[in-house]
Amino acid sequence: MTGQANAGRPNQLLRNLNAKIASIPMILTAVVIFLGGTVWTVVYSFTNSKLLPRLSFVGLDQYERLWAAPRWLVSIQNLAIYGVFSLIFSLVIGFLLAALMDQKIRFENTFRTIFLYPFALSFIVTGLVWQWVLNPEFGVQSVVRSLGWSSFTFDPLYNSNIVIYGILIAALWQGTGLVMCLMLAGLRGIDEDIWKAARVDGIPMWKTYLFIIIPMMRAVFITTLVIIASGIVKVYDLVVAQTSGGPGISSEVPAKYVYDYMFQAQNLGQGFAASTMMLITVAIIIVPWAYLEFGGRKRG
Amino acid sequence: MKLRLLAAALAATVVLPLGIANAADLEVTHWWTSGGEAAAVAELAKAFDATGNHWVDGAIAGSGGTARPIMVSRITGGDPMGATQFNHGRQAEELVQAGLMRDLTDVATKENWKEIIKPSSLLDSCTIDGKIYCAPVNIHSWQWLWLSNAAFKTAGVDVPKNWDEFVASAPALEKAGIVPLAVGGQPWQSAGAFDVLMVAIAGKDTFNKVFGDKDEAVAAGPEIAKVFKAADDARKMSKGSNVQDWNQATNLVITGKAGGQIMGDWAQGEFQLAGQKAGTDYTCLPGLGVNEIISTGGDAFYFPLLKDAEKSKAQEVLASTLLNPKTQVAFNLKKGSLPVRGDVDLAAANDCMKKGLDILAKGNVIQGTDQLLSADSQKQKEDLFSEFFASSMTPEDAQKRFAEIIASAD
Repeated sequence: MTGQANAGRPNQLLRNLNAKIASIPMILTAVVIFLGGTVWTVVYSFTNSKLLPRLSFVGLDQYERLWAAPRWLVSIQNLAIYGVFSLIFSLVIGFLLAALMDQKIRFENTFRTIFLYPFALSFIVTGLVWQWVLNPEFGVQSVVRSLGWSSFTFDPLYNSNIVIYGILIAALWQGTGLVMCLMLAGLRGIDEDIWKAARVDGIPMWKTYLFIIIPMMRAVFITTLVIIASGIVKVYDLVVAQTSGGPGISSEVPAKYVYDYMFQAQNLGQGFAASTMMLITVAIIIVPWAYLEFGGRKRG
Repeated sequence: MKLRLLAAALAATVVLPLGIANAADLEVTHWWTSGGEAAAVAELAKAFDATGNHWVDGAIAGSGGTARPIMVSRITGGDPMGATQFNHGRQAEELVQAGLMRDLTDVATKENWKEIIKPSSLLDSCTIDGKIYCAPVNIHSWQWLWLSNAAFKTAGVDVPKNWDEFVASAPALEKAGIVPLAVGGQPWQSAGAFDVLMVAIAGKDTFNKVFGDKDEAVAAGPEIAKVFKAADDARKMSKGSNVQDWNQATNLVITGKAGGQIMGDWAQGEFQLAGQKAGTDYTCLPGLGVNEIISTGGDAFYFPLLKDAEKSKAQEVLASTLLNPKTQVAFNLKKGSLPVRGDVDLAAANDCMKKGLDILAKGNVIQGTDQLLSADSQKQKEDLFSEFFASSMTPEDAQKRFAEIIASAD
């Protein structure tokens, strides 16, 4: 065996054989479960499957119905608002907290624990806590009113126009701690000498952050972005715990539409169509970015 | 010696659960979790345990909308329970067609269900292709308006006798700081309230045309426009009832914080549990006091096909226990629903239940929307009405969308 291998060129397939064998389970999982499941879902989204999947194709009917459904449109709009604001705010707040933390303050460990702690709670618990905090009868509104401002109104969860921001608050409270930690790790990875050089050149601190440190933290930012973005697309449990989509349908999100139509309405076809749309949205964002990112790295 | 005892004890703990499993214990899933409901389901469990079998309670909290997906996925996923609640009608239709449910025709013929179950439409809803697949346990009607006598006393007005009087009394209630109409935030509640308004205002024939024949023209017509106007009133009256669950909304009526609630007769179990008496503490108006018609939807138990012979036998026992006259009386009194047998004596029934029995005897009944519409159409309706009740959508726009749903309904 070895003699033969030595004689010809080493077979590409047999290189690092151990590693390849070891990764077979993962490859299978990825292909069968992720790819297979995705293809299956997309195929069945063109059928009129009700409670049980069945292959009777109806063309684009499910998609036409989906995009005519007011609830789906509200869901998409909510996701867009929630997505943009949660991305911006968690990055900005997370970075600011990390930068403050990085000023060699006292009790850094304590603060870090406090800020990160909400992340240890599930979305369901977070949602319930904030449901109480924002409840007009027990929460912020009643506290402020009992202090004397009797006409103070703050009931985001019961107001259709701003309910999504009520959810956003809870999401930021839960998620910024993690962003802060990632950013802090990035800041700590910057060489101390860069700071010294900037100080010697007399560059003000905010400028150093903005033009030197942040560009150097590119990799950390991208990791953070992916983590936040995936959290945005799949937001579901927070909404269920806080408002269950209400008042009315004003805080519905796409993931909830998928679940409700697949299981409550017993209409798998419609649910699959909605989840395929979610996949396409993600693909539109991820693919060009991944192409730039990883395509670029190969060249470099 | 000690060691042996310990070993024996350990062995016993291992053997014990298995031993019970052989003596046919059936897991029964249902979504009866509010106080009144739990008391009622305990009666069923007691009756089944008395047959020597064992009722393993599998209550799933969060109302039918949450529970049904769990039940369905357990059945389709190959982990069926012994028996499960559904609203009979179309919720389990596909499960039956896929051969996942057990045919109960043998038990039904032996016990003569065709004769004893009244009205016969209940059994029809259990019948698919001439075979019987479920055991109805009660009749639940949606068409009730529950009024808090105390709330009207506080507001200084008489307790209304019909929907119009109720609407007229709303300003007085509001002035007294009482929410006129309690509507919970769960989507099925507003959709159900609309169906009730439809029967009361547009009548039985229109109801059947819209939901039975799926007649789009009628759904877009002037009769339904009146219903949407009434729904608009209901929407205004429900402002400020910031609760989610139906029993929380009922509780607002029980405590006099709300004037009334449109809710099915299952609300009665809550009044009973709170120690309130029909007539003195609360008033009930079937058909909103306008059209005394009730729907005959309800709950039924379906039995998934099981491989275990012992359990299958226990399923038969459970099916006949559910329809036993004694169980029917005990269960329905606690639940506030009507029995499915015409031949049982409900002397202990309260005023409201007697009203319901009366209407039933007169035959003023319609089929429930669960029996007429698929889960998919029901869901679309729920989406529409939960949006309507929480927003300022005009009744005209809402009616247009309603007609579209009816046009594509199945």
